Amino acid sequence: MVRLGFGDRVMMVVIYIFLTLLAFVTFYPFWNALVVSLNTGADTAMGGVTFWPRSFTLENYEIVFQDKRLLNGFAISVARTVVGTFCSILVTSIFAYGMTKRELIGRKYYMIMCIITMYFGGGLIPSFMLIRSLGLMDSFWVYIIPTLVSVWNMIIFRTFFQGLPAGLEESAKIDGSGNWGIFFRIILPLSGPVIATLSLFTAVGHWNEWFLPSIYISKNELLPIQTILNQILNSNIMSEQMSNLDSASQAVLSRMQSVTTKSLSMATMIVATIPIIMVYPFVQKHFVKGVLIGSLKE
Amino acid sequence: MAQISMEQKPVPKRKKDNLAVRFAKQWDIQLMVLPALALIFVFSYIPMYGILMAFQDYNIFKGMAESPWAGLKHFRMFFEAPEFANVMRNTIVISLLKFFIGFPAPILLALMLNEVRHMFFKRMVQTVSYLPHFLSWVIVSGFVISMLSTDNGSVNILLTNLNLVEEPINFLSIPEYFWAILVTTGVWKEIGFSSIVYLAAVAGVDPHMYEAADMDGASKFRQIFTITLPSIMPVVIIFMILSIGNLLSAGFEDILLLAKNPVLREVSDVIDTYVYRIGIENSRFSYATAVGLFKAVISVMLLTIANLIARRSGNSLW
Repeated sequence: MVRLGFGDRVMMVVIYIFLTLLAFVTFYPFWNALVVSLNTGADTAMGGVTFWPRSFTLENYEIVFQDKRLLNGFAISVARTVVGTFCSILVTSIFAYGMTKRELIGRKYYMIMCIITMYFGGGLIPSFMLIRSLGLMDSFWVYIIPTLVSVWNMIIFRTFFQGLPAGLEESAKIDGSGNWGIFFRIILPLSGPVIATLSLFTAVGHWNEWFLPSIYISKNELLPIQTILNQILNSNIMSEQMSNLDSASQAVLSRMQSVTTKSLSMATMIVATIPIIMVYPFVQKHFVKGVLIGSLKE
Repeated sequence: MAQISMEQKPVPKRKKDNLAVRFAKQWDIQLMVLPALALIFVFSYIPMYGILMAFQDYNIFKGMAESPWAGLKHFRMFFEAPEFANVMRNTIVISLLKFFIGFPAPILLALMLNEVRHMFFKRMVQTVSYLPHFLSWVIVSGFVISMLSTDNGSVNILLTNLNLVEEPINFLSIPEYFWAILVTTGVWKEIGFSSIVYLAAVAGVDPHMYEAADMDGASKFRQIFTITLPSIMPVVIIFMILSIGNLLSAGFEDILLLAKNPVLREVSDVIDTYVYRIGIENSRFSYATAVGLFKAVISVMLLTIANLIARRSGNSLW
């Protein structure tokens, strides 16, 4: 081990201080949101609630979990994430496997057709018109169908499949398996890591998406939680926000005078974040690998 | 199966089946790709056809086939619109700020993390800094609004306790602060996650080079600039090209969510949010499509130019 010179020791100190600050600045908003959501609204309004709840309560969460609209939004988010991710990964991986076949007639043109879409698209308005003319407005399927095929994921899957030993396929062919059989019995079971990674990214995308529902969906019962959360954050005035709640929650609310816009918003935000935080530790090692697969094959 | 692999080999010139027969023989693999391609056709190519709206006076009741052609009228309208100068300035300034601050930041973080010898500390910083990438912009904007709010936001609490301000500042209603808030939020969200690729590149540097540099008495600080940075340059250049193609994408969700106060419009309106406002909210479909197309064309041009430059230096994407 080489001893560090004076300049290097200064550099190390600066690095450690900087990284500690970065970690703090990144973590603090989560922590503070959690603290505010567990503190009575009236007490938070008096100021100074930062690191620790001063007047602990669960009433903010009680209201959130009584609100049928929020619960319904949560269910819609779960449904679109599960169905959307499963279907998209299935369709995209089958597509990618077909594209690995050298004998596929038109392969080159198919590939060009895919790559163009990565650099150029119709844009917001023509897509909006398309969805409208397809009758997907105000339909749950608008969450699923337009994103079934991801060109980006297809390319990552294809690269992964091409890296699998060719001998496996050959021997399955000799045993009389067709291409579909080979895909489901041999290729898919060997693709665990890449499926996990791409599913994770697809699922996070589905869970976090809030903008398209805001223009495609007008029925409240089909809105995902993120879009509802945005509406709640938008309504600055308490009464306006409360009118977004349904009657059951309003009844609860009238008992709890101390709940405020802020405490309620924070509780909703935490509820919308929890699924991500819960899966995050388990998938961390996968996504690091996934990013690298993605960036190697541009 | 056997015939297919025979056809692969060009050498034995057997009677060649015509295209339709060969196609029919491989129906199983065509069936794997054609449904997906049909979806791509519908959801990517039909909207491209829809761009023709930009050259029409689109009328919802007549549809695209019946609507009268308008030539370049909508483009001219955009260039002459009172918002044009503002929208273009905001788009260019915000995207340049994001590029010059947001692009080097993760590289810097990767270099710093690489110097850390305490694995626990390193892993903790990584875990925490990757997390915001996985949150939606709605949540992130909620954090920002709550941190900066006058209603006991933590930033205002801090500033008041340090006696730096008398009264809490309503940061999100002051145009002068908006660009700084927007860029900082973007860096906050993505710095950790974007650093992953650079960290991997740094890990790939040959350790012998550092040993040799130690022998020669080069300081760690110096080694960053003479060994680490030059070694990861190819990766840096590829990502730079990619972000140059996105230069006109100044942001959309983040601006939509952080600039809710109409006071901010003069500094927050960029091409994408403008398209959304006039297209979806005001239903001026043709005009909004024209503005969007204007942006898309410039983006493709920027990407092509960036790639030409990169090809000279031997780092082409294509």
